[in-house]
Amino acid sequence: MGLESRVQQASPSGGGAMLMMSLWGVLALLAITMGAKAEDTPFAIHMFIFAAAAILALVFKARSFGQPAPDASGYNDDIVRWGALITLFWGVVGLLVGVVIALQLAYPAWNPDLEWFNFGRLRPLHTSAVIFAFGGNALLTTSFYVVQRTNRTRLALGNLAWFVFWGYQLFIVLAATGYLLGVTEGREYAEPEWYIDIWITVVWVAYFLVFFGTLLQRKEPHIYVANWFYLAFIVTIAMLHIVNNLSIPVSVFGSKSYALFSGVQDALTQWWYGHNAVGFFLTAGFLGMMYFFIPKRANRPVYSYRLSIVHFWSLIFLYIWAGPHHLHYTALPDWAQTLGMVFSIMLWMPSWGGMINGLMTLSGAWDKLRTDPVLRMMVISVAFYGMSTFEGPMMSIKSVNSLSHYTDWTIGHVHSGALGWVGMISMGALYHLIPRLWGRKEVYSLRLVSWHVWLATLGIVIYASAMWVSGIMQGLMWREYDANGFLAYSFVETVEAMHPYYVIRAMGGALFLVGALIMVYNIYRTIRGAQPVSQPVGMVSAPA
Amino acid sequence: MHYNFMRELADSWGLLAMFLFFIGVVGFAFRPGSKTIYEEVARIPLQNDSED
Amino acid sequence: MKHETIEKNATLLLILSFLLVTVGGLVQIVPLFYLQNTIEKVEGMRPYAPLELAGRNVYIREGCYVCHSQMIRPFRDEVERYGHYSLAAESEFDHPFQWGSKRTGPDLARVGGKYSDEWHREHLSNPRNVVPESIMPGYAFLSAKEIDPKGYGRNLAALNLTINNGNGAMYRPEDLDNAEADLVAQATGEQTEGLLQRYPKAVARNFDGDPRITEMDALIAYLQVLGTMVDFSTFKADMSR
Repeated sequence: MGLESRVQQASPSGGGAMLMMSLWGVLALLAITMGAKAEDTPFAIHMFIFAAAAILALVFKARSFGQPAPDASGYNDDIVRWGALITLFWGVVGLLVGVVIALQLAYPAWNPDLEWFNFGRLRPLHTSAVIFAFGGNALLTTSFYVVQRTNRTRLALGNLAWFVFWGYQLFIVLAATGYLLGVTEGREYAEPEWYIDIWITVVWVAYFLVFFGTLLQRKEPHIYVANWFYLAFIVTIAMLHIVNNLSIPVSVFGSKSYALFSGVQDALTQWWYGHNAVGFFLTAGFLGMMYFFIPKRANRPVYSYRLSIVHFWSLIFLYIWAGPHHLHYTALPDWAQTLGMVFSIMLWMPSWGGMINGLMTLSGAWDKLRTDPVLRMMVISVAFYGMSTFEGPMMSIKSVNSLSHYTDWTIGHVHSGALGWVGMISMGALYHLIPRLWGRKEVYSLRLVSWHVWLATLGIVIYASAMWVSGIMQGLMWREYDANGFLAYSFVETVEAMHPYYVIRAMGGALFLVGALIMVYNIYRTIRGAQPVSQPVGMVSAPA
Repeated sequence: MHYNFMRELADSWGLLAMFLFFIGVVGFAFRPGSKTIYEEVARIPLQNDSED
Repeated sequence: MKHETIEKNATLLLILSFLLVTVGGLVQIVPLFYLQNTIEKVEGMRPYAPLELAGRNVYIREGCYVCHSQMIRPFRDEVERYGHYSLAAESEFDHPFQWGSKRTGPDLARVGGKYSDEWHREHLSNPRNVVPESIMPGYAFLSAKEIDPKGYGRNLAALNLTINNGNGAMYRPEDLDNAEADLVAQATGEQTEGLLQRYPKAVARNFDGDPRITEMDALIAYLQVLGTMVDFSTFKADMSR
């Protein structure tokens, strides 16, 4: 194909390096100017962070000047190594903030009189750290690994992948500091303000180019199904992000902007985004991970490749409609609510198709679960995927939703998906990847992996059960009437009743965090003294 | 734009289009002769994989 | 065409996936801008006055929406606890909407006028002084943050560039010109004639008892206007919506 032959490895040249250096220089100057003219402090801080990052990029480029071009013959595994470690780092940060805000809900004294340490500002920090910093880096890292291995080619477009990687970390730093400083658009899971949105759009387009370019220059005639899921994730998130974040800045020198849409249209746009952040960020991307790493770890092909095709097309088509189930019984017109409910229920089928496909990949090899805790972790994650994708359609039924909405039941549901499915499939993939990337046969201690698996599972079960009880209980208390026909409980009485469950929830979260810390130690021991190994192109898995 | 028009569209042509799409996907996946190709494709992650 | 064609052609795979994921959004979101009965016809809705808008921005900045909804559902218990169920029209000027998704605290869609300014001030500064069982964080620092009315009209100008359901600009030129004066008038309760003419029934007084104009003034002004605009004596529900 003509297009494919045009995608070439960009080889570093003197002229190109000069151009890049001047580009970073101009960006740094622009950011410093904007920072100097800033109308609010957070904006100034952000512009100076941005300028510092641009200067770092410039210095890095300058230092490579005149040096021989780095070896680009093998797979680009350096980026996967960086990604694996940074994923783990952000995972611990996100979980830690989660435990802190769980304690804030259980014991309000954890909200000191510091504006940046209040629940309202830490909660977006937690959700974004877990979804975008931990989950996003897990997707970036594994997609870069999987797309090279399944297409037997190095990442396309030279150093652009590194721009994507560091650009994404810069986005995380800007978003996280922004939350603490009170920079927010007030849209759940899309809180960063307009200029951070623009930056991540640039990074995301670069990500798309790298991924798609790699597909185009592949040496394998077929595109393996894991890549379809990664591709759909990248493209759909771009669409959702751009439409949902349309806003009008008050000034180009200030952080505040106003959403382009209002009220009911804004609500549906936000939940069209919000539900598909779940559907495409937290599901499709991680299904890509599942379709590579479970067959790999079990050392047998996926149960049914045909099922994976049906899974893919029906999942991406159905998910995008499910957003309105977040707005049942609201001022959103009924027809939209009904559509959302119907599609959410239908979504149960492809979700379970995918789950069965993942689990049945082990048929004939179930004994491996006994000896391999990493595979056990992946299988438990798929089981949680199945549980969450059953619970989700159930909660989208209007009569169930009338009880569950606005309560902790939703929080429990999200966490069985986020901790159980997303967290455990990512950590399983990392346990598989990291030893291979550092030339080790296996992780330092499988026994510690086993501990991690059980602590994490126990943590999630405790978390989710506490939230089921508190959610259903609070929902019922709100609608309970006494014998005289008056509401039985004041609102604050229902808050008081939540206290024990909030304490239990914090303990469940803490268990999950302890598991992750064990993982950090295990990984540290695995790579200590080890040499990073890069493989020649063509190999599908790392040598052991 | 009228609500009833949308409603009727959803109940008729919209529904038909989606149903045909689903049949199409299943047809694609299960067309005769696909099995051998797919068995090969499914082994992509396991290629050159003698070591573990 | 065989499915194999898609599996061997990345561009085709890309285009087909993209087309497929656009359908749901197009069918669900676009009609909301065009269907005539999406937003009910009601009396009394007006854009926020500058001080209320400033308070709303504090509400967003502090993440109040993560614990408080502003959307009363049409259930007996909710209507009895919070008041008339929320209408789409009531958030037509909300950029962004703040319906929320979780009630760790109570719904605030109709909190306006339910409590005194003093209660709000005390409650926001130290929630457990007034509600001992509350788990809300304290916001005493809002009293120390002054609002500079200068240039506030630019916020209104920015809102005029947003989509307003085909009703033209949200704010009139005189609203923009008087934004600073209106903000001061509402926070002090003095010289409120212009304010009341531009923003009918706006509540204007020194909300926080402090002579300065602070974020506490603004936030309380916003809380006090929530859910009070629509005249329900003239409202008739559209059952086919």
